[in-house]
Amino acid sequence: MRLVTAIIKPFKLDEVKQALEAFGVTGMTVSEASGYGRQRGHSEVYRGAEYTVDFVPKVRVEVVVDDVDAPDVVIVILKAAQTGRIGDGKIWTVAVEDVTRVRTGERGPGAL
Amino acid sequence: MTINSGDTAWVLVSAALVLLMTPGVALFYGGMVRAKSVLNMMMMSFGAMATISVAWVLWGYSEAFGQSWHGLVGNPFQHFGLSGLLSDKSVVGTIPTMAFVAYQGVFAIITVALISGAIADRAKYSTWLVFTVVWATIVYFPVANWVFAFDGFAADKGGWIVNTLRAIDFAGGTAVHINAGAAGLVLALILGKRIGFAKDPMRPHNMTLVMLGAALLWFGWFGFNAGSALGANNTAAVAWVNTLAATGAACLGWLVTERIRNGHGTSLGAASGIVAGLVSITPACSAVTPVGAVAIGILAGVLCALAVGLKFRFGYDDSLDVVGVHLVGGLVGTIAIGFFASASAPAAVDGLFYGGGVDQLWRQAVGAGAVLLYSFVVTGLIGLALHKTLGFRIERDAEVAGIDLEEHAETSYDLGSLGGGGLSHTGAALFGSHTTASVPTAAASTKQGASS
Repeated sequence: MRLVTAIIKPFKLDEVKQALEAFGVTGMTVSEASGYGRQRGHSEVYRGAEYTVDFVPKVRVEVVVDDVDAPDVVIVILKAAQTGRIGDGKIWTVAVEDVTRVRTGERGPGAL
Repeated sequence: MTINSGDTAWVLVSAALVLLMTPGVALFYGGMVRAKSVLNMMMMSFGAMATISVAWVLWGYSEAFGQSWHGLVGNPFQHFGLSGLLSDKSVVGTIPTMAFVAYQGVFAIITVALISGAIADRAKYSTWLVFTVVWATIVYFPVANWVFAFDGFAADKGGWIVNTLRAIDFAGGTAVHINAGAAGLVLALILGKRIGFAKDPMRPHNMTLVMLGAALLWFGWFGFNAGSALGANNTAAVAWVNTLAATGAACLGWLVTERIRNGHGTSLGAASGIVAGLVSITPACSAVTPVGAVAIGILAGVLCALAVGLKFRFGYDDSLDVVGVHLVGGLVGTIAIGFFASASAPAAVDGLFYGGGVDQLWRQAVGAGAVLLYSFVVTGLIGLALHKTLGFRIERDAEVAGIDLEEHAETSYDLGSLGGGGLSHTGAALFGSHTTASVPTAAASTKQGASS
């Protein structure tokens, strides 16, 4: 199993969610996040004073999937989240050793 | 004189409108500070409502509108406690004296509240409360006597600016705005800069509060300006329309200045322009035509938008631009009367642009300068005295963690946000421990309730 983590633009969340559901992903965890990449945030002006806001609001989407599905899930998220402009975000995957469903105690891929 | 019910109704309603401006200031300022200090910012205004209400009825009214000593200050003992003014024989103009007391009292409150924006995030609250009373007593009440106490109105002898100098200040460009602006400047100098001033981002934490505050200020300001006619009459109506016109023009002036300088017209710029326009038309609203009001508004919008940058150039942390908006706006409006006054308006004086020469202009300049100088020097003495004795600034660590926790043991929002100037990690941790500590107390009181 692999954990796919995507940091995306907040307004892209609905499209990513729909695309993942259409692909067959049955669950996900979503959280608000703040951060920056190479674009280094943005600037805001208040009464003429310019402030660089480093931590830009983002949404973090986390999905645990079977090893075979992971590359496709990355592509599904990529297609849904991409605008082509700076600040589109990142997607990464890591190996997951074990998963347990809390309700039943099931272990492994069956718990997904 | 006999009491006119229409005039009385208008003045009482105006007094309530002006009182609403102080919570308006609290919202306007509160939205502009960071999330960790919004409650303290608002409490500085609410605190002024508390202290000045009491000081006003005890000695403030008497000091401002009692028999004046050489046009400088009213006799504070003449009407101490106001108990001699309660009969229906006690009348000023066409309204009960107590209506006038009510109306002028709320002016004192907002003038003091305005100062708080200059020392956001860092002033010890107890010292601030002491300051409000001392400042009102030594600075505002006497200056109100200079500017608002007409001879033979509330007392035979009134103040020097309105009667001897005969400068026009209809609703308080000098006594309220130049006065509060100069006081804010000197307090900002005494308390020093906030930690991280001009280095860390200190952007407003809630612009919608700022907009709401600006809206309440504009609404209440109709009571401030039109109410200053002290009657439901033509002067009030002229002041009302000028208050509308100048404010709209100043909002535009600020937005255009920003658009040219920074590329965007901002909501903070619109809100600030509104306040700058209101400030500038305050002294002038009975003395100019609506076209004159538009001209004054544009001037104020543009000049104040430029003036708010001065604090970065000169390195004084007037945190929420009390100087840039109230001092500069007050000066623009007060001086502009010398140019834009028109004899067709109720004040019936011609300024330089209307063929009146420089006669009114120098009177305006002397009036503005006198209040500016007096406020700057005397506020400096009061501020230094309090800073050396009680201490006027909170500890460094408390300021970094947030003044709301330090001074009020509260946090404004329970959002658990990360970064972005919201709850700091320290703040969140303190808030968390405070919540658990209160649980046993709540449980204990429930048990007590059940057993009794």
